[in-house]
Amino acid sequence: MFSDYSWAELGAIFAMQGFAGLILFSVFVLMALGLAIIFGQMGVINMAHGEFMILGAYVTYMTSNVFAEYMPALFGIYFFIAMILAFIVSGTLGLLVEWGLIRHLYKRPLDTLLATWGLSLILQQTYRSIFGAREVGVSIPDWMMGSYALTWLIEIPINGMFVMTLALGISLAIWYLMYRSTWGRNVRAINQNRVMADAVGINTAWTDRLTFGIGCGVAGVAGSAFTMIGSTGPTAGQLYIVDTFLVVVFGGAGSLLGTIASAFSISQAQSIMEFFLSGSMAKVLTLLVVVGILMIRPQGLFSLKLRK
Amino acid sequence: MSDTENSNFPNGMSRRAMLAGTAALSASLFTPKGLRAQDYPTSEVNTTGLTITDDTVTIGILHSITGTMAISETGSVQAEKLAIEQINAQGGILGRKIEYIQEDGASDWPTFAEKARKLLVSDKVASVMGCWTSASRKAVLPVFEQHNGFLYYPTFYEGLEQSPNVIYTGQEATQQIIAGLNWVTETKGAKTFYLLGSDYIWPRTSNKIARAHIEKFMDGTSVVGEEYYPLGHTQFNSVINKIRLRRPDVIYAIVVGGSNVAFYKQLRAAGIDPAEESPIVLTISVTEDEIRGIGGENVDGAYACMKYFQSLENENNKAFVAAFKDMWGEDMVIGDVTQAAYLGPWLWKAAVEKAGSFDVDKVREASPGIELTSAPEGYVRVHENHHLWSKTRVGRARTDGQYDVVFETDDLVEPDPYPEGYQ
Repeated sequence: MFSDYSWAELGAIFAMQGFAGLILFSVFVLMALGLAIIFGQMGVINMAHGEFMILGAYVTYMTSNVFAEYMPALFGIYFFIAMILAFIVSGTLGLLVEWGLIRHLYKRPLDTLLATWGLSLILQQTYRSIFGAREVGVSIPDWMMGSYALTWLIEIPINGMFVMTLALGISLAIWYLMYRSTWGRNVRAINQNRVMADAVGINTAWTDRLTFGIGCGVAGVAGSAFTMIGSTGPTAGQLYIVDTFLVVVFGGAGSLLGTIASAFSISQAQSIMEFFLSGSMAKVLTLLVVVGILMIRPQGLFSLKLRK
Repeated sequence: MSDTENSNFPNGMSRRAMLAGTAALSASLFTPKGLRAQDYPTSEVNTTGLTITDDTVTIGILHSITGTMAISETGSVQAEKLAIEQINAQGGILGRKIEYIQEDGASDWPTFAEKARKLLVSDKVASVMGCWTSASRKAVLPVFEQHNGFLYYPTFYEGLEQSPNVIYTGQEATQQIIAGLNWVTETKGAKTFYLLGSDYIWPRTSNKIARAHIEKFMDGTSVVGEEYYPLGHTQFNSVINKIRLRRPDVIYAIVVGGSNVAFYKQLRAAGIDPAEESPIVLTISVTEDEIRGIGGENVDGAYACMKYFQSLENENNKAFVAAFKDMWGEDMVIGDVTQAAYLGPWLWKAAVEKAGSFDVDKVREASPGIELTSAPEGYVRVHENHHLWSKTRVGRARTDGQYDVVFETDDLVEPDPYPEGYQ
């Protein structure tokens, strides 16, 4: 397995694959953060998570068109505005969905699975009706494409760096919101004991709505960033949903740190294995290991200790 | 989910249809014209109880218009409807207008089989234009063979199949692959190849043929890597690193669907620009349709090997592209499969007219040897093995999402669904 390569090449392989793993890690973190908030804190199994991401991607697509049409001079920076818009649009839709659908189902958590799955089908068909069944091409500003050559073997893709920075930024923002803001304190209080939280005067209904909205908004930002590396089409959200749940469940629902740790271990394992095995085998092995660990530790890598 | 439409288009539409029809008419000199239904009494042209009246004949269209495959199959449906409209504008087949019943396979293979059964058993359609993926074709095949239906299948595919109940209007794998490999070796001096694909039957069989050709049938060429990723895979950084280590002359990519978009975007982001041709990117899975999703700037300079490109310069193709855009909108693009789907109704019409009957057995007997001089890709002929003789071409992708045709075979390439020495 290793004999085909020289020592210098092997070193470079591990450096490159480590870096590829870091990019994959950032992608997983971006995908999973929104779901970790919604699934982890509220217990809602949001099968429409991928569709909220794709909504963000479509918002980016429309923003890029508007900029290309009316403000070509500012095209280089449209991406940042698109991400903010993606957060607002996906977040707003999240608020509406919580109000119209989810809040009636809090007492029946398994039913949220069916309801949000239905919602994902509705959203897919809506995208198909509005944007057409084909994938749309989102043009990315030139400075964000291309790569920086470190050595002859190691090249660092700029969009990879961008995704990593974004993942770091959003993780910090969510950590701050969760553990340093009033909203975060309320969310955690509700998660621990809803009735008591209600009794001490926390507006649980509004907190729930905001939580769902923020989770969806973060999904929108992730979708916006993924236009750089993936496809934007009505059903593209389905490509992400399995990995997303894998990361969140493996990490332990309810734990932000767990989500990040699980994203890191899955991505590094997969990235290293992908190099020495085929892509399909790497996926199979990753899933086997995850299943094995979940059999031993059903609560995931990290879990909150709750008084039940 | 079924909607029966007849050919009473609104006024504006029928005028356009007439125009489109005349364009095609002038191109199709082989067609015996002015066939009148009374010369072909229904009792004689239809002895097996198909849905055929003195004025109309009903066929089926069976594609996915919902689900993941809708992205790909929409173009085929549009091309088939265009062909039907043009044929009707010319007076139909044996004096009968074509009506169609469209069913949705919903990207689900059992649904395809069920809908095929419905079309053949309760609707008794005379032929079916349909299917896209090999999986859907394999699902309907037993139904067509059991009920003696007749299917026109448009997609380029892996070969290894030859049913008496199917006409394959796309290329089988050897037709598509071998000419392209020869071309890249001869004109670009390529020696080493990295084979890459999505993990299912078509890319695997195609790469098997490519590998056999590279290793056994060409001189001094070798495969330095072969790799498959699950359908829908969106992270290609690892394989791009491997490619960089192996430094092949050619990346031979058969990646499909959403993965395609991810692959080309990440390839370019990793500093491998297809336009620099080091390595050369050669694909058989990216048509003009796919480029729309990938973005022309990401795939600019990649080579694709197939039988049809929208930019082909010939009178048939100009008329076809104009009629297609006229019917479905200016911003439409037409890929290889869309063109192959367009051939289906025309090939069936020619076969029915040669047989003088709609009976499936007679149409099947008449099919081998059927020629189309009016095909947008140029002249094609049906082989005994139910595939088409056709030319193979290589195109170089441009930033605007179209291809410059840089090579075409001198002669028609013979379809060979069971290639010897390649299995």
